[in-house]
Amino acid sequence: MADTNIEKKKTIVEKIWKFFTSVKLAVVLFAFIALSSIIGTVIEQDSRPEKNIKLFTKMFGADNAQKAYKTAASLGLIDMYHSWWFNAMLVLISANLIICSVDRLPRIKRIVDEPVKPLETPEFDKFGIKKELTLECGMEDAKTKTLAALKKLGFSPNTHQSGKDIQIYAHKGRFTRYAVYVIHFSIVIILLGAVIGMTWGFSGFLILPEGETSAVAYTRQGDEHPLGFSIRCDDFAIWFYGTSDMPEKYLSWLSVIEGGVTVLKKTIGVNTPLKYKGFTFYQSSYGAVPAKEAKSLIILNITPINGKTEQISLPVGDSFKIPDTKLTGKVIAFSPALAFDKDEKPYTYTENMNNPAIYVEFNAGGNEKYSGWLVKRYPQTWDLPDGSKVELVDNWGYQYTGLQVRKDPGVLVVYAGCLFMTIGLYCAFFLSHKKIWVLLQPEKAKVKINIAAFTNKNKTGYEGRVTAVFNGAFNGAFNGLTPKISK
Amino acid sequence: MGSPILFGMAEVGYFIAMMVYIGYFIFKNNATGVCATTVATAAFLSQTVALLLRWVESYSLGIGRAPLTNLYESLIFFVWCLMLGYLIIEFKYKNRTFGAFVTPIAGLALGFIDLTGISKEIEPLVPALQSNWLLAHVTMSFIAYAAFAIAFATGMLYLVLNTEKRNESSYIFWTVAGSIFLLVIAAMGADYLKFKVIGTSPEHIKSYLFRATFRSDSGFTALLSWIGALAITFSVWRYGYVLKRMIQSFGISLEFLEDLNYKLIAVGFPIFTLGGLIFGAIWADQAWGVYWSWDPKETWSLITWFVYAFYLHARYLRGWRGNKIAVLSSVGFITVIFTYLGVNMFLSGLHSYGGS
Ligand code: HEM
Repeated sequence: MADTNIEKKKTIVEKIWKFFTSVKLAVVLFAFIALSSIIGTVIEQDSRPEKNIKLFTKMFGADNAQKAYKTAASLGLIDMYHSWWFNAMLVLISANLIICSVDRLPRIKRIVDEPVKPLETPEFDKFGIKKELTLECGMEDAKTKTLAALKKLGFSPNTHQSGKDIQIYAHKGRFTRYAVYVIHFSIVIILLGAVIGMTWGFSGFLILPEGETSAVAYTRQGDEHPLGFSIRCDDFAIWFYGTSDMPEKYLSWLSVIEGGVTVLKKTIGVNTPLKYKGFTFYQSSYGAVPAKEAKSLIILNITPINGKTEQISLPVGDSFKIPDTKLTGKVIAFSPALAFDKDEKPYTYTENMNNPAIYVEFNAGGNEKYSGWLVKRYPQTWDLPDGSKVELVDNWGYQYTGLQVRKDPGVLVVYAGCLFMTIGLYCAFFLSHKKIWVLLQPEKAKVKINIAAFTNKNKTGYEGRVTAVFNGAFNGAFNGLTPKISK
Repeated sequence: MGSPILFGMAEVGYFIAMMVYIGYFIFKNNATGVCATTVATAAFLSQTVALLLRWVESYSLGIGRAPLTNLYESLIFFVWCLMLGYLIIEFKYKNRTFGAFVTPIAGLALGFIDLTGISKEIEPLVPALQSNWLLAHVTMSFIAYAAFAIAFATGMLYLVLNTEKRNESSYIFWTVAGSIFLLVIAAMGADYLKFKVIGTSPEHIKSYLFRATFRSDSGFTALLSWIGALAITFSVWRYGYVLKRMIQSFGISLEFLEDLNYKLIAVGFPIFTLGGLIFGAIWADQAWGVYWSWDPKETWSLITWFVYAFYLHARYLRGWRGNKIAVLSSVGFITVIFTYLGVNMFLSGLHSYGGS
C-alpha cells in the first residue's frame, strides 16, 4: 500500500517537474507577459478612471464604456502589475527558470569537471581546429616554444611524455559554462527584489510648502502613511535657462527632524534624492501655494548710494526704509510670473515662480516719489532713480516642493540581480571554454607538430588567435596553413 | 562651417552612397563599388565632425552637453553607429553587397528626421535629463540598435538568397518586409520632392511624413498610393527571384551571413541588456524614484529583449538555423523600430523624446 502511494506521488511530482523543465513553457509565459504588457501600454495603468473610460468610449462607444471599464477592472487590466494573475505569472517564470536550470546542471557540471587528458594520436583529426606542420628544429626547442605559445594564449599547460613523443595540453574558461545559469539566476533575483518591494515597500508622495513640516507621506489614494520622523522644507528654489521658461534646475532644502532635533539637512535636486531610514525623497515637482495659506515673505537686498548692502525680509503690504535716505518702500503686490499684455497692463502668466516680481511704492516724507515693478530676473529694474538699489533676492513661503516618497527594501536585491546579469552576460558572450593539445613527434632532424583545439564559441576567432600566437613563436611557420574546416 | 551644413552634407552623402551601393549591386562594377565606399566614408567623416562641432556649439550656447539627448540627436547618433559598424564590417570582410541593404536604413532614419519636422535645435536639458546614467543609457542603446540593424540587413540578405518557392513563409516574409521598407523610402522620397524641392510646404503642417502619398489631402492620391503599394508588394513577391539572381553572382556564402548575423546579435544583446535596460532602470530610479514603471517605452524595450532572447534560445536549445533564425533577427529589428519610433508616435509615456 505504502509503496504504491509513494510511487504515485513520485509520478505526480515528476510530471510537475517535467512540466517546469520545458522551455516551451518559458516561451508561452514570456509571450503572455509581452502580450499583457502591450495591453498595459494601451490601457493606462493605475491612473484616474476618467482617462480609461474615455479610451473605452472611443473603442466601444459611450453606451458600453462603463461596462467595459468594469469588466476590465474585474480582470485586473486597470492595475495589472499588481493583479494576482500577473504575479502568478512571475512565480511560474521563476519556477520554470529554477527547475529548468536544476534539471540541466548535472550535465553541465560533468562537462566542467571533466579533466583534460592527453589525446590518442588519431584523435587529433577529429577537431574543428587543427594544424599539422613539420619543422626543422630540435624537440627541446619546439617544446619551449610551444609552452611559451600556450602561456601567451592564457593557458597553464600540462606536459605528457610517451616514448619520444611529447604532448602539451591545457584547458581554460570551463567555468564560463555556468554563465548562462548566472543569467537565469539573476532574473529570479530581480523578480524577487521586485516582489519584496511590492510587498514591504511604500510608494507615495508629499506636497510640502516652504516652511512646513510633515510626519507622514500620502499614498496615491490619499491615505496617510507615517514616516517615523518628520521632514521639513526649509526652502525651494528654481532656476531657468536665461530668460526662458525652461527650468534648468530646481532644488529643495530639506531637514529631517526626529524627537524635536534636526538630524539631517540636505539639498535635493532631480537626480540627487535624500535617503533616510529606508525612505527616499525624490524631487519630483513643484508649484505655488494658494496665497491665503502662505505665511510668505519677500527677501530684499537693499543698497543705498555708497552704502552697505543689507538684507531684509517682509510680507507683502509691509514697508521698509532705505537707510541714510528719507525713502520708504511699500510692497503693494507680488506676482509669481509677471508679464505685460499689449496694452502694457501687467498680468501673471502662470502660478509658478517663473518670473517673480513685486510692485513697490516709494515715499519720501509722505509724498509718493515713484513706483514700479522690481523683477528678480531683470537686474536693471532694481535701480531706483536716486541711485540706490533694491534687489529682489527671493520669495519664501509661496511655493511647495513635490516629493516622491519611496521605501523599497527590494531595490538592492534588484541591483544585485542586475550586477549578476551583467557578469553572466559578459562571461556567456565574451568568454568561452577552450581546450588545446599540441603533439610533438621527432622525425629525424625535424619535428612534426600537430595542433588540435576546441572552443564552445567563436571558433573562427579562436583559430585566428591560435595561428597568430604560434606564428609568433615559430617565426611565421604557420602562415601558409589555411584553416581546414570540418564538421 | 557649422554643424548643420556638415550634417546636411552627410545626409546627402548617405543618400548618394545608397544609390551608388544599389548601382554597384546591379552592375557589379568594381569602380562603382569603390565609389560607393568612398562616398559613404566621406559622409561618415563629415558626420563625425558635425557631431563634434555640435558638442562644441552646445558649450558656446552655454548649455554644454553631449549631443545625445533628444529624438533628433539620437537618430543622428544611431545613423553614425550604423555606418561605423557597417564600414568596419566592409573593411574587415572585404564585402560590399549589403551596403545596399544597410544604407537604406540610414536613409530611412534621416528621411524621418527631415519629414516629421523634428526639432534640430540644440535645446537645454530639463533637470531629469541631466544625468550621466542617461547618457550611458542612450549611447549604449543606440550602439546595440545599430548592431541589430546590421543583423537585420544580413538576415534579409540571407532570406533573399535562401528562399526559393513563392509559397514559402520565409519568402513571403522577406518580400513583404522588403516591400514595406522600399515603399516607406519611396514615399519619403515623394514627400521630399513635393515639399522640400518643389516647395509647396503647407505652413500649418508640422509633419510631412507620407503627406505626398498615403496621407495625402486628396483622397484620390491616397487611394492610388495604397493601390500602388499593393501592386509593388505584389511584384516584389512575384519577381523576387530576380533580386536573388543578382545577389547570387556575388558569391556570398550563407554561412558567412549566418555567422555575422549571430555575432552582431551576440554583441548587441549584452550591450542592450546593460545599457538599454539596466542603465535605463538605474537612471529612472534616480530621477523618478521607480526603476521600472511599465511605461510604453520600457515595455517595448522589454519585448525587444524577449525577442532577441528567444533568438538565442532557439539557436542554442533548438538548434534553429537558416531561414527561421534569419526571420527572427529581422522581427527583432522591427520591434526595435517600433520601440523607437512607433511608441513615440502612438503611445505616450515619460520618455522625453515623445514630445517632439
Ligand atoms: C523561464 C525562462 C527561461 C528558461 C526556461 C531558459 C532556459 C535556458 C536554457 C535551458 C538554456 C541553455 C543552457 C545550456 O546551455 O545548458 C538557456 C540559455 C540562455 N538563456 Fe535562457 N531561459 C529562460 C529565460 C531567459 C531569459 C529571460 C534570458 C535573458 C534575456 C535568458 C538568457 C539566456 C542566454 C543568454 C542563454 C545562452 C544562450 C547562448 O549560449 O548563447 N534566458 N536558457
